[in-house]
Amino acid sequence: MTRFLPATLAVMRRELGGYFLTPVAYVFTIIFLLLAGVFTFQLGGFFEGGQADLRSFFTWHPWLYLFLVPAVSMRLWAEERKQGTIELLLTLPVPLSSAVVGKFLAAWLFTGLALALTAPMWITVNYLGSPDNGSIITAYLGSFLMAGGFLAIGSMISATTRNQVIAFVVSVVLCLGFLLAGFGAVLDFLSGWAPQPIVEAVAGFSFLTRFSNIAKGVIDARDVLFFLALIAVCLFATAVIIDTKKGG
Amino acid sequence: MIEITSLVKHFGPILAVDGVSFSVARGEVLGFLGPNGAGKSTTMKMVTGFLVPTSGTATVAGHDVTREPLAVKARIGYLPEGAPAYPDMTPEGFLNFVARVRGLSGSRRRARIDEVVSRVNLQGVMRQPIDTLSKGFKRRVGLAQAILHDPEVLIMDEPTDGLDPNQKHEVRNLINQMASTKAIILSTHILEEVEAVCTRAIIINRGKVVADGTPAQLKARHSSGRLDDVFRAITTGDTARSGKAGRP
Repeated sequence: MTRFLPATLAVMRRELGGYFLTPVAYVFTIIFLLLAGVFTFQLGGFFEGGQADLRSFFTWHPWLYLFLVPAVSMRLWAEERKQGTIELLLTLPVPLSSAVVGKFLAAWLFTGLALALTAPMWITVNYLGSPDNGSIITAYLGSFLMAGGFLAIGSMISATTRNQVIAFVVSVVLCLGFLLAGFGAVLDFLSGWAPQPIVEAVAGFSFLTRFSNIAKGVIDARDVLFFLALIAVCLFATAVIIDTKKGG
Repeated sequence: MIEITSLVKHFGPILAVDGVSFSVARGEVLGFLGPNGAGKSTTMKMVTGFLVPTSGTATVAGHDVTREPLAVKARIGYLPEGAPAYPDMTPEGFLNFVARVRGLSGSRRRARIDEVVSRVNLQGVMRQPIDTLSKGFKRRVGLAQAILHDPEVLIMDEPTDGLDPNQKHEVRNLINQMASTKAIILSTHILEEVEAVCTRAIIINRGKVVADGTPAQLKARHSSGRLDDVFRAITTGDTARSGKAGRP
């Protein structure tokens, strides 16, 4: 276990540095900020609302992440398989858990960095009025947690293939499933034939419901635990997939 | 240093390695010969802890690879086939990453990197992305990575494949320089290489060891006294299986 932390940090450092060696980091960050702005001001009606809060900003995060986060996670493992570096990485004295966690943390930190760069929005709203900064911090935290959930799902899917396009598409579809799980239409459809506990379980997996609670500034330990547990389960699955699908 | 006992690997219905046993002592350079698909790479991948054997054991310096994989990986330097490396990184960044993962820090890390860089002549390209390097330089990066921690055991899968005659000569010189202090396994298709660097050679065919001896002993097995005649006599009739086993 003593090797876990230094190995995790070394893997994380390499992975995080890797984003900035290619245009990936810059393209992702710019598109993220651009879309966040468009959604907030054009679609969200930030000014029209006349409210000094960031509701119109955070509301769109699930949909922003739906396409952008799988673009970050798709390369996590698919790239290692394609380049053959997975053989190098897994024959270094790195516990598999370190490799999985280190890569995930790098992706999560990177997404967190993009999220942090939206701070001007926060500053603006403070300039224009006096928002409830506590609930804005909560919403940022919730958004970061949700990004982690998306990334962990993406990591798991990326582990199954050497093709980044497949990893991207499957991750988007799976994440969409997690988003839509809370939609009235989906639940109505289910409740027509599925037993009530199943409908409730499906609703419980909804990112939208979980996130909208936190985005309102309401921290419920269950919502936080949901995202953390989802991350843990998906990372564990990533490790199992890598371990069983190394060479046949 | 290396003890391999009845190693078996199944890929689904395919039997890739069928009861391979041998040992390599310090100071020995073992040439691993055999047709494509004979099980050379798969055997190496099991010794280095990348693949888990279906049955049998491999121990390195007294550590069993399935029970103490990290202890084994810490003692092995491994050059996978094709010398995979992260294409966007520079040799400098890549070697620093491998050094960190291997627990080398501070002045020791710098000293070891300087040492291997001058050993394989990488000085001129340390800040160029690996992607842009020639095949010869890429192979040297792979070699540098493998000997970075001055391992007791060195395993190289086709270290000279695809290199020009001068580069082959350099790699062989490097192996000869290190031979006395390490236990080395290398696979190759170039039979002259066996005579140039190996103290012993094993021919493997259809997953089984079919010959084991010094190059001189092997040559004596055919009236012509030429290693390729011996190789052909032992391994012909095996055209049914081709392609590389062990690719994810």
